[in-house]
Amino acid sequence: MPIISTAGLARTFTTRNGPVEAVRGIDLTVRPGEILGLLGPNGAGKTTTLRMLTTLLPPTAGAATVAGHDLVRDPAAVRRRIGYVAQSGGLDPQETVRSELVAQGRLYGMNRARAAARAEELAADLGLTELLDRATPALSGGQRRRLDLAMGLTHRPELLLLDEPTTGLDPGSRADLWALVRRLRDEYGTTVVLTTHYLDEADALADRLVIVDKGTVVAEGSPAALKAAHGAATLQDAFLAITGRGPTPVDTTPVAV
Amino acid sequence: MPPTLLRDTALLFGRYARQTLRSPFQIFFGVLMPLLYLFFFGPLLTGLPLGREGDSWQVLVPGLLLQLGLFGASFAGFSIIMEKNWGVFDRMRVTPVSRLALLLGRVLRDAALFVFQAVLLVLVALPMGLRAPLAGILIGFGFVALLSVALASLSYALALKLPTPQSFGPAINTLAMPAMLLSGLMLPMTLAPGWLDALSHLMPFRYLVDAVREAYVGHYTTPALLYGVLVALGVAALAVTVGTRTFRSAGA
Ligand SMILES: Nc1ncnc2c1ncn2[C@@H]1O[C@H](COP(=O)(O)OP(=O)(O)OP(=O)(O)O)[C@@H](O)[C@H]1O
Ligand SMILES: [Mg+2]
Repeated sequence: MPIISTAGLARTFTTRNGPVEAVRGIDLTVRPGEILGLLGPNGAGKTTTLRMLTTLLPPTAGAATVAGHDLVRDPAAVRRRIGYVAQSGGLDPQETVRSELVAQGRLYGMNRARAAARAEELAADLGLTELLDRATPALSGGQRRRLDLAMGLTHRPELLLLDEPTTGLDPGSRADLWALVRRLRDEYGTTVVLTTHYLDEADALADRLVIVDKGTVVAEGSPAALKAAHGAATLQDAFLAITGRGPTPVDTTPVAV
Repeated sequence: MPPTLLRDTALLFGRYARQTLRSPFQIFFGVLMPLLYLFFFGPLLTGLPLGREGDSWQVLVPGLLLQLGLFGASFAGFSIIMEKNWGVFDRMRVTPVSRLALLLGRVLRDAALFVFQAVLLVLVALPMGLRAPLAGILIGFGFVALLSVALASLSYALALKLPTPQSFGPAINTLAMPAMLLSGLMLPMTLAPGWLDALSHLMPFRYLVDAVREAYVGHYTTPALLYGVLVALGVAALAVTVGTRTFRSAGA
């Protein structure tokens, strides 16, 4: 049974300047234990899709089952089984690394002692041990991102949804994150859905890619299959062919800064 | 209350209470305005006929207590606008934590803060000349707590509903000023001409102020106190319902 299955999942925002069709109808199936890369240009609807799958945003059409539960009818059951790291993170500047990690464990139902122990484990896994008693505004961008990730892993969710988890990470931290994602899958069978703009990352990490553009799925398959289908040497070329963006911009307006 | 709701509420109350305790400015700033009224406005009233039983302090202090709750709690929504911007609000909404607890944890912190400020205000008012029965003073704190719960819930709901955070401050000011004037917080509405007195009866806070003034002169079984209790409980129940609905559906 798939861990995510959606049918015609859609979200239209109503704004002062009329409706914005952010996601126009996505059909998606994710198998348990899969690492799925969700790719697409800026504004394609990746974040909106993830926000729907995490129960944060009610869909305006379509249906989805996530981790065995209907998204709309039983959001509480979905929340217990998933972990989410938002594109822009979610740290309170009034807290420290430790207090945020402990608070997150408590929000997922752990008792005080368990949450404190889990905070230490997560800090060790993500290289934050030295920083445990640092206030969150005093972290560097990449350190903050690693804390965001630790928060999403707190309750060992069976499904992890990561929105651009590696943006802002140095090459070493990025490699560590890839290793961590693979280890979660191999040791715990965790399913991971992640968005990224780094195509080398998608190529190296994902079993399967889903490319969305203008709110719909425009291609899917393994990195190798996508490259083969478009006669492309790199995933970058395949991506540009699929999304119809030429390799060189044809913009003729002068640069204004 | 189901056990998870109780646990989650206590958990979030603890988080917000600790954040407040770390910021003495936030704790004491709220009493500043009512204290200024107490020092520089209170003495003007001492000899005046206010059309009510009790001396001028027994009339003014209840008004200042509710003013403190009115202005403090109605601006509570600012904190959730910040949490939304930081992504903390969404981070919490993704967890299985009870939606009602997300509201109650905050609202109870607010109630505790404003009751603490009310205690400070009364302690300062005593040497200024306030004399009132202890039971009456405690009843007054109860009304501050209920008013805070009601207004803070509505304030959080409004903060989540407004399309732009910049419109929150002006919206609250526009609502709070007439609420303060029409409920006779500074001077009792018994002094008002007929039309103003009638108009003020449409303002729910008026019943709360009148009730606390009754309690401050030791009348615990009068209709005014009963109306005050009923209105305060009714408004608080309504406000928490509206707040929970908004927290459940808080989407875009
Ligand atoms: N609250 C909103 N109101 C109106 N429009 C929105 C809202 N949120 C997103 N959009 C629009 O919906 C579209 C999809 O946005 P989304 O954030 O899902 O894109 P994305 O694929 O995550 O892009 P990126 O790679 O830049 O993160 C965009 O055109 C965006 O402007
Ligand atoms: Mg995005």
